Amino acid sequence: MSDQELRIVAPTAIVGYGFQESSLERVLQKNPHLIACDGGSTDPGPNYLGMGKAFVGRDAAKRDLSLMLQAAVDRQIPMVVGTSGGAGADAHLQWTREIVEEIARENNLDFKMALIHAEQSKEYVSKKLADGKVQPIWPLGPLDPKAVDRSTNIVGMAGVEPYIEALGGGAQVILCGRSDDAAIFAALPIKEEFDPALGWVAGKLLECGAACAVPRQKFGNEGITVTIREDHILVEPNHPGLTCTPLSVSTFFLHENETPLYHTEPSGVLDLTKLDCQAVDERTVKITGAQFHPTDKYTIRLEGVELVGYRCICVSYTRDPVLVQSIDSYLDAVRALVVKRVDGMGVPAEDYKLVFRVIGKNAVMGEREPVKEVLTHELGIIMEAVAPTQDLANEILGLARQAGKNLHYEGKLCDEGCITYPYSPSDIPAGPVYEYNMLHAVEPDSPLEMFPIEYVTV
Amino acid sequence: MARIRDLAVICRSKNANPFALTLDMVFPDKETFEKVRSSGVICKELISRLYSVAESDVLLVEFPPANAIKATIPRLHGSGAVEDSDVYGAQQHGPLMDVDIPD
Repeated sequence: MSDQELRIVAPTAIVGYGFQESSLERVLQKNPHLIACDGGSTDPGPNYLGMGKAFVGRDAAKRDLSLMLQAAVDRQIPMVVGTSGGAGADAHLQWTREIVEEIARENNLDFKMALIHAEQSKEYVSKKLADGKVQPIWPLGPLDPKAVDRSTNIVGMAGVEPYIEALGGGAQVILCGRSDDAAIFAALPIKEEFDPALGWVAGKLLECGAACAVPRQKFGNEGITVTIREDHILVEPNHPGLTCTPLSVSTFFLHENETPLYHTEPSGVLDLTKLDCQAVDERTVKITGAQFHPTDKYTIRLEGVELVGYRCICVSYTRDPVLVQSIDSYLDAVRALVVKRVDGMGVPAEDYKLVFRVIGKNAVMGEREPVKEVLTHELGIIMEAVAPTQDLANEILGLARQAGKNLHYEGKLCDEGCITYPYSPSDIPAGPVYEYNMLHAVEPDSPLEMFPIEYVTV
Repeated sequence: MARIRDLAVICRSKNANPFALTLDMVFPDKETFEKVRSSGVICKELISRLYSVAESDVLLVEFPPANAIKATIPRLHGSGAVEDSDVYGAQQHGPLMDVDIPD
C-alpha cells in the first residue's frame, strides 16, 4: 500500500439527487483516491427493475455524472458507480453507459471504462436452485422454481470482487449493474489491503451520502468523505453546513436493515457489536471497533420481479356523513356488483384484482391498522383494478367507478352521486405492475462468475 | 407517564428489505434510553400486538451507541405488490408514537 490512508468521496446518496458543486470542489482539495456513488435502490419498488427504467431524471443523472467524471479524469483517479440506472439490470447499465459516453464526447474526455453486468438468466438461477445452492433470505421461504420461470428480470448484487478485478484491469471508470451498496466503496480499500471491516464500514456510510450527518433536513442530497487508515476511519460531510456527530453516525447504522449489529456481505459478516464512534472535531467522527468475520460460503443476493398484470386507478372521495360511517358495507356491495358484471363478461374472479384503498380509514397500514373506527368527516377512495391486459383493467375499473357513483346504501339522500372525482378523465391507466418474487442468496462457483466485465475505451 | 413521541428524537419505519419492515426508536441520551429500556414496555409482545404479527416473527435489538431500539417484522405484502399500501415502508411507525412509558 503506497499511502498510509485512503480518502473516498461520495458526492451524494444516489446519482441524480443533485449535490452542490461547491461541496465537491471543497473535498477535491483533499486529493481523494476514489470518487464513487450509489446509483440505485430497491426503495422505489419492483416496477423499475421490471420496466428497465430509472427513477431519477436523465438530466439530473447526467449533471451529477458530469461533475464526478470531470473530477476523476482531471485527477486521474477512479470513478465508480454501482447499481447503475436505479435497479442495475442490463437496461439500466446501458442507460448509464450512454450518458457517460455522451459526457465524454461533449467534453473531450478519454478513459478506459469497465461495465460490470449483474443481470442473471433464469437458466443460471434454475440450475443453482436445482443444485441446492439457493437459500432464502429472511423472512421469505424457499424459492419456488415456478417463480424463477415467471421472472421478467433477475439481478445479482455484486460484491467487491468484480470491482477489484476491474480496478486491477486498469479501468478508470467502473459502471456496475446491481451491486451490494457498500461494495462500491469497500472494493478499493480491500484491494489495497486495509482491514476489510473498515472498508465495509466506510462503504456502509458512503452509500447513503450525508444520511449520517445532521441536520438531516438541510442539504439532504449532499455527500460525505471517508478517510480509511490502518485501525480506524474518519467520516465528515462534504457540505460545510453539515456535521457528523457520534450520535448521528451511530444512528445511521440502523438505516434500512433488520439489525445494526450484524451486516451480511457476500464474503462474510460485518460485526458492529463493539462499534465505537468518537468526535474528532466539530464535524468529524472517528470509528473503531468494527470486525469482519469471513464466512465459509460466498453468497450473492438475488432480486427478481415478475409481471402480474396491468393497472387502472381512479381517485374518488366522499364527504357524505352517512356514507363515511358505512364505507365498508358500501364498498363490499360495490365489489359484489363488479364481480357479477365481470363474471358476465366471462372473466373469472381469479383473473383480476379489485382493490379499494380508503384514505382516512386504513389506507396506510391496511389490515395492520390498529384504529378500527372512522374518525374523519371525509374519506378518499382509490379504486384500482389489476388485470392481464390494460384494456381489461380499464374495463373493470370503469365498472367499479360507475357502481361506486350510483350504488344505493342505507340512509342515502344524495341521489346524484355518492362519491365524486377530482379528475376528468377519472380513470387513469397506470401500466404494467411488477412484484418482487425473489430475495434469495445464491452460491456462485466464484465471486466473478455472475458478473462478466466488459472493457471499453471511451 | 410519557409517550414515545415525547421521549424519542427519531421514531420511524422503513423497508429493511423488500419483504421486511423495520421500526427505529432513537432517544436523545443514555438516561432516556435506559428509562425506556428498563421499563420493559418495548418488547416482542408489544410489537406483536400493535402490528398483528406473531411474536416469533419479531426481531428486537437494542443499539446503545445510538441510544436506539429497533424492531423488525415481515411485511404483510412485498414492497409494491398489488395489495401493498406503503412501497417504502416509511409510514408504519404511527402506532409506536403513542405507546406510554411509565415514569
